[in-house]
Amino acid sequence: MSGFFNSSIGRKYAMALSAFFLIIFLIIHLSVNLTSVFSKDVFNEFSHFMGTNPLIQFAMQPVLIFGVVFHFVMGFILELKNRSARAVKYVKNTGSANSTWMSRNMLLSGGVVLAFLVLHFIDFWIPEMNVKYLQGDMSGLLSDGEGYRYYEELVHKFESPLRVGAYVIAFVLLALHLLHGFTSAFQSIGATMGRRKTVQNIGKAYSILIPLGFIVVALFHHFNH
Amino acid sequence: MKLTLKIWRQKDAKAKGKMVAYQLDDVSPDMSFLEMLDVLNQDLIDKDEEPIAFDHDCREGICGMCSMFINGRAHGPDREITVCQLHMRSFKDGDTITIEPWRAKAFPIIKDLIVDRSSFDRIQQAGGFISVNTSGNTQDANNIPISKYAADTAMDAATCIGCGACVASCKNSSAMLFVGAKVSQYALLPQGRVEAVDRVKNMVAQMDLEGFGNCTNTGACEVECPKGISLENIARMNRELVKANLIKF
Ligand code: HEM
Ligand code: SF4
Ligand code: FES
Repeated sequence: MSGFFNSSIGRKYAMALSAFFLIIFLIIHLSVNLTSVFSKDVFNEFSHFMGTNPLIQFAMQPVLIFGVVFHFVMGFILELKNRSARAVKYVKNTGSANSTWMSRNMLLSGGVVLAFLVLHFIDFWIPEMNVKYLQGDMSGLLSDGEGYRYYEELVHKFESPLRVGAYVIAFVLLALHLLHGFTSAFQSIGATMGRRKTVQNIGKAYSILIPLGFIVVALFHHFNH
Repeated sequence: MKLTLKIWRQKDAKAKGKMVAYQLDDVSPDMSFLEMLDVLNQDLIDKDEEPIAFDHDCREGICGMCSMFINGRAHGPDREITVCQLHMRSFKDGDTITIEPWRAKAFPIIKDLIVDRSSFDRIQQAGGFISVNTSGNTQDANNIPISKYAADTAMDAATCIGCGACVASCKNSSAMLFVGAKVSQYALLPQGRVEAVDRVKNMVAQMDLEGFGNCTNTGACEVECPKGISLENIARMNRELVKANLIKF
């Protein structure tokens, strides 16, 4: 199979598999986030479980980080290779006549999402790692010991209109990334045969609803507190 | 019609080319695009200038030779046609039309608008055939039952004329629509199944070797293909390659 993953099509498969992984991850992440709109306690419980369960922390989290890094590194490599397949560019090339903006700008939309992920890491993940593993406080409690800290931290993050603005822009770009990417991933593994329209429709629904969900959570906390 | 043409001129494979502007004052909307170029070339010959070299043969949309990137699109505006099937009525009086050769590392320019598409031949030679002696001992066509679906879909794939418009219009210069069609036309039929594993592996390996880019499913090829070859053929090829690698690795 090593020959397979060195072929052009094999690399597309690998790209699609990492994308499927991210697609599933987004559903889980949004599910947890959405609970914060309905119940502070449920959100806290979920966050504490996710943040302290060894299986999630030491098995799922490294896999996730690997998945993200693999996805964008592979994306860059493929894009560079593809650009080199046309040494001299056209003087006039009307891409909009035969393909969507999204499909021609995956690197741009992906790049914005990547920039957001960096911000997200600095915002949430690095403080988490610091509190839990450097300071060794695994309790998940507020500094005064009155209940869990996760909900308070979330609300605090969404106070800044700048951060909420960046958040919204990033998720709009994620939606654009997925509007091409979702169907593309199914096409890459050959799963669109005979059901392209169905995949496209599910893709459209997913690509709009999931990012919208994240945006709603951010706006809710911004305006509700 | 009065037209301004901006055409890529390049003396030979090694020369540095450039866009050159030409003026045509009396173009009939009933002319085909190639006839319009014939008129321009006659003008150039009369003026002792070098005529524009471009590929063409059948002039009826079946040979796939007439490769030109017109106003930013393979085979120009209009769907499912080749350049020889394009007519000047698709343009307006006073238009400026840019005409460029197919651009891809795997299709090097020979002269002006003519590119070398032998990379397609080499992909075909790597597996786009069945090893049967078909001369003189043909058996009855109905001996092997074939479903209507398979027959129709294989025929659709087989209508690919190897023009290279898919490569030319793809932002990645990917040849996957062409190779997908060639793989599919055999993969769908019982006669083709016999060598299916080696065929897909060898054809994809040759495709990669020739320096084509990697498909990112933009779908530009399907829109610009003069024969309406469907993206499903790429999906089928992708599946065939995985299957082949699971059977024989
Ligand atoms: C959670 C975040 C992300 C999700 C859910 C996601 C999803 C996807 C999907 C579904 C595809 C299509 C895969 C295929 O065609 O087989 C894709 C492709 C791609 N992604 Fe992402 N992606 C994410 C983040 C990123 C990031 C951070 C980058 C960084 C630059 C990126 C860059 C790319 C590129 C370059 C492609 C290939 C373009 C193409 O094949 O047309 N993605 N992504
Ligand atoms: S798939 Fe279509 S565009 Fe590509 S070579 Fe065949 S006929 Fe031409
Ligand atoms: S000249 Fe044969 S297809 Fe145009």
